Amino acid sequence: MLECETINSFYGKAHILNDLSFSVGAGAVVSLLGRNGAGKTTTMKSIMQIVKPKTGRVRFLGQEIVGQPTHRVAKMGLGYVPEERRIFTDLTILENLEVGRQPARDGGVEWTNEMVFKIFPNLEERQNNLGKALSGGEQQMLTIARTLMGNPKLLLLDEPSEGIAPVIVEQMATTILKLKAEGVTVLISEQNLHFARIVADRAIIIEGGSMKFDGTFSELDEQPDIRDGYLSV
Amino acid sequence: MGLFIAQLLTGLANAAGLFLVASGLSLIFGVTRIVNFAHGSFYMLGAFIGYSLMQVLPGFFGFWASVLLAGVAVGLIGVIVEICVLRPVYKAPELFQLVATFGVILVIQDLALMTWGAVDVLGPRVPGLKGIVRVLGEPVPQYDLALIALTPFVLFALWYLISKTRIGILVRAATQDREMVGALGVNQAWLFTGVFFLGAALAGIGGAIQLPKGGADLLMDFNILAAIFVVVVIGGMGSLPGAYIAAVLISVLNVFGVTYIPQSTLVLMFVVMAVVLMVKPYGLLGREEVAGEHGQVGEPERPFKPAGTQGRLLVGGLLAILAFVPLFGSSFLSVLVSDVLIFCLFAASLHFILGLGGLVSFGHAAYFGGGAYVAALLVSTVGAPMEVAFLLAPVGACLGAVIIGWLCIRLTGVYFAMLTMAFAQLLWSLVFQWDEFTGGDDGLVDIWPAPWLSGTTAYYYLTLVVGVGGIIFLRHMAHTPFGYALRASRDSKRQAEATGIHTKRIQWAAFAFAGAMAGLAGSLFVFSKGSIFPTELEIARSFDALIVIFLGGVKTLSGAVVGGASLEFVKDFLTRFEYWRLTLGLLIIVVVILAPDGIVGSLRKFGERLGVLRGVEN
Ligand SMILES: Nc1ncnc2c1ncn2[C@@H]1O[C@H](COP(=O)(O)OP(=O)(O)OP(=O)(O)O)[C@@H](O)[C@H]1O
Ligand SMILES: [Mg+2]
Repeated sequence: MLECETINSFYGKAHILNDLSFSVGAGAVVSLLGRNGAGKTTTMKSIMQIVKPKTGRVRFLGQEIVGQPTHRVAKMGLGYVPEERRIFTDLTILENLEVGRQPARDGGVEWTNEMVFKIFPNLEERQNNLGKALSGGEQQMLTIARTLMGNPKLLLLDEPSEGIAPVIVEQMATTILKLKAEGVTVLISEQNLHFARIVADRAIIIEGGSMKFDGTFSELDEQPDIRDGYLSV
Repeated sequence: MGLFIAQLLTGLANAAGLFLVASGLSLIFGVTRIVNFAHGSFYMLGAFIGYSLMQVLPGFFGFWASVLLAGVAVGLIGVIVEICVLRPVYKAPELFQLVATFGVILVIQDLALMTWGAVDVLGPRVPGLKGIVRVLGEPVPQYDLALIALTPFVLFALWYLISKTRIGILVRAATQDREMVGALGVNQAWLFTGVFFLGAALAGIGGAIQLPKGGADLLMDFNILAAIFVVVVIGGMGSLPGAYIAAVLISVLNVFGVTYIPQSTLVLMFVVMAVVLMVKPYGLLGREEVAGEHGQVGEPERPFKPAGTQGRLLVGGLLAILAFVPLFGSSFLSVLVSDVLIFCLFAASLHFILGLGGLVSFGHAAYFGGGAYVAALLVSTVGAPMEVAFLLAPVGACLGAVIIGWLCIRLTGVYFAMLTMAFAQLLWSLVFQWDEFTGGDDGLVDIWPAPWLSGTTAYYYLTLVVGVGGIIFLRHMAHTPFGYALRASRDSKRQAEATGIHTKRIQWAAFAFAGAMAGLAGSLFVFSKGSIFPTELEIARSFDALIVIFLGGVKTLSGAVVGGASLEFVKDFLTRFEYWRLTLGLLIIVVVILAPDGIVGSLRKFGERLGVLRGVEN
């Protein structure tokens, strides 16, 4: 569904992603693991074309997306949930969802307010509250809900468990598994190996913007040097 | 009582046009964060286009159709401006776009002059609304009542559009975080264009709708500019109801002001704005502006380094050439070069607070003109010797800056800019209206240098020494602990405070210092011309300095000087031709698009790419 081929991304002169290649198959939940500053966020932004890779290719559903404007990439069915959440704090929950809403694409599901409220009941109670009045966890739910309203085929989740209470992290895991059951493909960036193991089928580990490992969790467990070397467990 | 009511109604009717124009400005700023100086030009175009349409579309419906069509036409012109001029520079540092819109003003001025000529046109009266209505015995034009009735509907329609429709929701979301809106699949480029269309159309309608109450002329772009900025700021940038309240407040007070305190008309709105901002720093209904929250801070600047050998040699060579100007050039050239030097010192002093301190002042002419007036008044009223007056001018300007700075420094961003402008305007009107003391419009004349400095050549060398010395001193200050603290206060207030820097006090000191240096430039100016007029205190003078800093490059130390020198020389050359504004405006727009880091910043980047400029700072 998504193939990244030797992408190289820069911030100014700083070379961040180094010939990174990986792919995500339809229906899978893949976790992108790595320490702080490993380049996880940059990878996601390079897929969304918020950061434009200097070289390399990114194909989504067979189409080349490098160089396309971000909004067009999103329209193709890539949903991005940024690490900093970036909800619209001056808009109500309902308005936030409205910003994310897109017409359904050919034959796919069309998410409605009711459907996302079913997954995130907390949001329903506060639907007319301003974004800035929400707690951190509620804001995290809202970013995901808002992105779902665009009926994504592939969801890019950047550290959804960061800074959230353990109870809510569990809820989050359930949610991701629910989404998987709905047929949404997910690429999730994580530092928390435990969380990744619960939700994901596969682990990709990056460090310094390069791929260090790509395989299942049981394969990863057989290589403790990699696991302990590149992840702060 | 009848008179009172009639005046109130006149005020309310005047508020209609003002609100329309200001609401467009507010919308554009709210979404795009662009301070659109060309908004007054859109207003003027609306008036002229409306006038032309009314000539061919007769009757009651013809009038209103003309108003709407003028709005559509101006909206489309706004779209052209947005796509051709602003799109290329959205990523540039904050406020840079205002330079581009300044270029647009110049272009539109000449285009309007070509199309409609230099005559003022009187607006037609509206068929069916020509009469008057007696309110408690006082005559009130029917058209005024129509305007009063119409405005709340416009306000409601705009409010509905922004707060209830999907477009409005997207627009508000984009106001906050445009990149995220794009990541959610919305093409925000067209959202911006749409907002520009609407904003410009509102200005156009505002221009057309006031025709029956006035007319159209080529000065109306600048004449309304200050008023609409004041309205938007008083109401709170981006707030429509705020803009309405402020428009009513200003218009009504103005009508009463004209009747009861005629001297107040020039400053009344600035006084109101100053009062409002001191009580409510973000306007009546505005919300706090957080610098950089709109993702517009631009890339981090590179550290300033003291000039390298190469740079020093360059400057040395340039100075040597300048020193020979009186020996080999004509006296005309000497005068031109002194003018440029004085202007460069003035611009450099503004750059000190703007570039290093991040304090955008729209009223820096107050200290330039203020210093000049201090010197001139000392000479003309107490007969002080030139040397004394020359040295006291910067002291006076500094004192003024200390006082005004104390009042302004609490505010940030556009609000700070507007309050500094308000005080500059206050000073201007004081000078303008206090005939007996300042000479008013006639200015002060016969302010000549001491005998040993008289003569073009002697004064040229004084200008060279003081001007260049002042610029070097300003540059030197950037590399002192004071300069570092100032930059720290700009970049990270919290961290700066944590290291024990009292940020507001540092900024205040910088404001006063910049005021003193501007005063020094003013001092040089007045003795070189032998006279001083209130024009040196005008908003236009402040903007001149602002524009050249952005043109030269805000993030470079030499930007102000290079920008100032280039603009002055180019202007001197261009003003010989008939449509020089058009040429200059296009030139500014081209520079802005091709060199979004300013002339110096972009040359440096280009040089670095070629690998020649390593090690040399700007
Ligand atoms: N806007 C930027 N400008 C310059 N460098 C940046 C920028 N954003 C990130 N970097 C650098 O790029 C590298 C990768 O950052 P990235 O945000 O992709 O890491 P990450 O894996 O998401 O880390 P974290 O787990 O902390 O979120 C880091 O070294 C970071 O310092
Ligand atoms: Mg990250």
